[in-house]
Amino acid sequence: MKKSTKLLCSFILIIAAVGLLYYLDNNHIKYLYAISILERSAIFAIVAVSMNLLNGFTGLFSLGQAGFMAIGAYTVSVITIPVGIRQSVYYASGINSFIAKIELPLPLALLLGGLFAALVAALIGIPVLRLKSDYLAIATLGFSEIIRALLASPQLAKITNGSYGLNKIPKYSSIFVPFGIATICIATMVLLIRSSFGRAFLAIREDEIAAEAMGINLFKHKELSFIISSFFTGIGGGLLAVYMQSIDSSTFKIGITYDILLIVVLGGMGSVTGSVFAAFLVTASREWLRFFDDPLTIGGFQVPLFRAGFRMVVFSVLLMIVVLFYRQGIMGTREFSWDGIFRFFVNLPKRFMKKKKAGGTANER
Amino acid sequence: MPPISIFMSILEAFCFMSLTTFLQHCLTGISLGGAYALIAIGYTMVYGILRLINFAHGEIFMMAGYFMIFSMATVPWYLAIPIVILGTIALGVTIERVAYKPIRTAPRMSIMISAIGVSYLLQNLSTYLFTALPRGYPEIPVLKSSFKIGPLSSSFVTFFTPVITILLVIALMQLINHTKIGMAMRAVSKDYETAQLMGIKINNVISFTFVIGSFLAAVGSILYFTDRMSVTPFSGTLPGLKCFVAAVLGGIGSVPGAVIGGFILAIGETFLVAFGYSTFSDAFTFVLLIVMLLVRPTGLFGEKATDKV
Amino acid sequence: MNGNVLRVENVTMQFGGVVAVDDLTLEVNKGEIVALIGPNGAGKTTAFNVITGVYAPTNGAVYFNDELIVSNHPQGKMKQLYQGENKEKFAAVMEKTPDKITKLGIARTFQNIRLFKNLTVFDNVLIAKHMRTKSNFLSATYRFNFREEAQMRKEVMDLLEMQNLAHLKNEIASSLPYGQQRHLEIARALATNPSLLLLDEPAAGMNPQETIELTSFIKKTKEEFNLTVFMIEHHMDLVMKISDRIYVLDFGKQIARGTPEQVQSNERVIQAYLGVEEDA
Repeated sequence: MKKSTKLLCSFILIIAAVGLLYYLDNNHIKYLYAISILERSAIFAIVAVSMNLLNGFTGLFSLGQAGFMAIGAYTVSVITIPVGIRQSVYYASGINSFIAKIELPLPLALLLGGLFAALVAALIGIPVLRLKSDYLAIATLGFSEIIRALLASPQLAKITNGSYGLNKIPKYSSIFVPFGIATICIATMVLLIRSSFGRAFLAIREDEIAAEAMGINLFKHKELSFIISSFFTGIGGGLLAVYMQSIDSSTFKIGITYDILLIVVLGGMGSVTGSVFAAFLVTASREWLRFFDDPLTIGGFQVPLFRAGFRMVVFSVLLMIVVLFYRQGIMGTREFSWDGIFRFFVNLPKRFMKKKKAGGTANER
Repeated sequence: MPPISIFMSILEAFCFMSLTTFLQHCLTGISLGGAYALIAIGYTMVYGILRLINFAHGEIFMMAGYFMIFSMATVPWYLAIPIVILGTIALGVTIERVAYKPIRTAPRMSIMISAIGVSYLLQNLSTYLFTALPRGYPEIPVLKSSFKIGPLSSSFVTFFTPVITILLVIALMQLINHTKIGMAMRAVSKDYETAQLMGIKINNVISFTFVIGSFLAAVGSILYFTDRMSVTPFSGTLPGLKCFVAAVLGGIGSVPGAVIGGFILAIGETFLVAFGYSTFSDAFTFVLLIVMLLVRPTGLFGEKATDKV
Repeated sequence: MNGNVLRVENVTMQFGGVVAVDDLTLEVNKGEIVALIGPNGAGKTTAFNVITGVYAPTNGAVYFNDELIVSNHPQGKMKQLYQGENKEKFAAVMEKTPDKITKLGIARTFQNIRLFKNLTVFDNVLIAKHMRTKSNFLSATYRFNFREEAQMRKEVMDLLEMQNLAHLKNEIASSLPYGQQRHLEIARALATNPSLLLLDEPAAGMNPQETIELTSFIKKTKEEFNLTVFMIEHHMDLVMKISDRIYVLDFGKQIARGTPEQVQSNERVIQAYLGVEEDA
């Protein structure tokens, strides 16, 4: 495909997307449900890409995302809840006098949340990044739980409101906020991945010893990847807090890390496009699959199995299928390209013909 | 002054507790330690053979709890216990065959993700089948009866747990060190490929490892839940993580290490709660883990290995 | 002090009970091609690993252009030398990780080819340029370093052309035939702008024709890039033809040294390779 055609297609796509968001924004009462799903997808897309940066591109199997999201979430919540109503939120133990007066606009709050998460990551990284992969996973998991315990502890209640959590977090004004922030964050991460440093990350993933022999300081680059990933994870957490308008420490249990991990695996470890796509797919499917939770009657016959909780079972089984049979995920390590899409559609009839010819025995795998 | 009185005074002064209370807490700790030890062994054995952190092990432990609830509803306890044990073993082996065996050649990350997936699936399956509400754990009359040794009194199971743990561990060590299958297991954990080349049937060894791990998890589950009121689909998550930490503490791959790790963790946790820091008792586990990984990553009984470049 | 590029002084490397390298001393002078030979398991690659900082030796030290780059663990003999005013020097030395040694100008290839398997040929070499970057991650991300990036890319293309790999630049490294993978690894090492090149069995797995090509290639590269070459090799024709001097290792100990002619006729060397005759 010619470069100008590709540019044109991209341009059209972006205009279409912005147009769609604009339309939804203006009719947001009618499309409340859809908007909610899209916003949540965008937020998870940020965290999924940041996890992919660390796990898929640098090869560091870290399971600490929940903790960093929590840091971002709490930071944002603490400084965006309007000063006037803070007393009512902190009714149980009162509020720390220093933070009681600080109120910042959302973008600044998110930045602060990200930086704080990055700072904690920098500290944790020093001991943890020298561990082997399995131990790294467990150590980061451990830190995630420690962070969560600290945030909920009575000792910090004057800042975090302890186990009561924070509520009355003001929501953003339009759908463009999460999407805009997601676009900026993901674009930055893509730029990073394609830069010299991103290539160094790939080298570390491929072969640490060779990378080191080629002059790449392992610790410095692993730490960099960890910090940047956690920065964006923190921002994602902050956005989640604003989306949910109310958080407590149980929001950030290990389960949420697993959710993100499964999104990344589904999309393909090492594909940004995959992570974004999977984030939307998974969040949407979660809603679509809701019909599994209600009793289903076909022609007067009650289909067994369909009741509350079935949705998550179906979901988990689908995930296991992906993990066992489609380890590469949807995109593998490929990224979005107009050439790829073009080729896909051009080859479809060919592939269909091949299968028919071979009598249905041709196996593409 | 006789030493015991000095000890008691220190105890009173610093811990605000009498000797009896102290011993009571020790007992609770050791009892919990037994249950943790049995589960930790499952982790350490699977890791030793497959280099896999079996994230699903905590969920197997939880399912054993549910198996007990449903067996006891239909049959008396002396039949229920074998059913639970057999059921748990079946579950463990099935998981290995379905979720781990097919991807044994895949990179380590993939298998760990599979284990996480299985854990996730079991939790959701339990929520679907049994709802997320706590289900009452049945009482086994023998175990729940009150028992006294000296000034310490508790349910019989509290005294029984460490005893049976030690007995099972001794039996297991005999198995590992003095039987053919035990030797096969040791060979496979030392060098996977060479063991295969020497004619050892890898699949059987691996399945057998899961059999043992699941058996111990079932026993541990019975001992653990008897003293607790109920089971939820998430009852296995935290104990699972803690027991893995215990295994790492003791040196992952070492059975005695896992046992020691389990006891250390449980006693530490019990005393933290006793001193009023219950909110930190869970975080304590992870703090211990981090410290261990930094100071001595191979654990108390683990061995160091250098990679060939 | 001595004007040699590389100096290995009494290096011993012990793994538990196994002494892989036993009191090794050797030097490589500027512009030379020196070969390290010996039967399998003699400790040659281990010696390379010590020189490049992968292992800290049990004893001994390594000097590069008279600068101490590798020394033993504090518990060994060297500790005494670094008390008092030399303490800082010692602390700096202990920090020499392999990447720092590469930055000083020593590059290496690996016995078992360690390419970045899933990356393209071009990227494999381009990554080796990363250590020379002067920009931080922010300016790299937002492309403020576009001039530097363009320069790096040009240098990579030049190297690939030299190696006859330019037409393969977008191929995935693992899909290349074996001989070309070896060439790629050498190209990658050269991309780090070294002054000393360590080659670990560069001709391994090559047929005689390829070995001849490699021989002239090494000579040409050495001249063109003004290098000093230190290599481990088993292909004796390559070694004898191209080396200025040879060291022979057996069971970790140096058993012979000298010019190719001297080594060829050395009794001990012959025994090490062919074995000692059994008394009938």
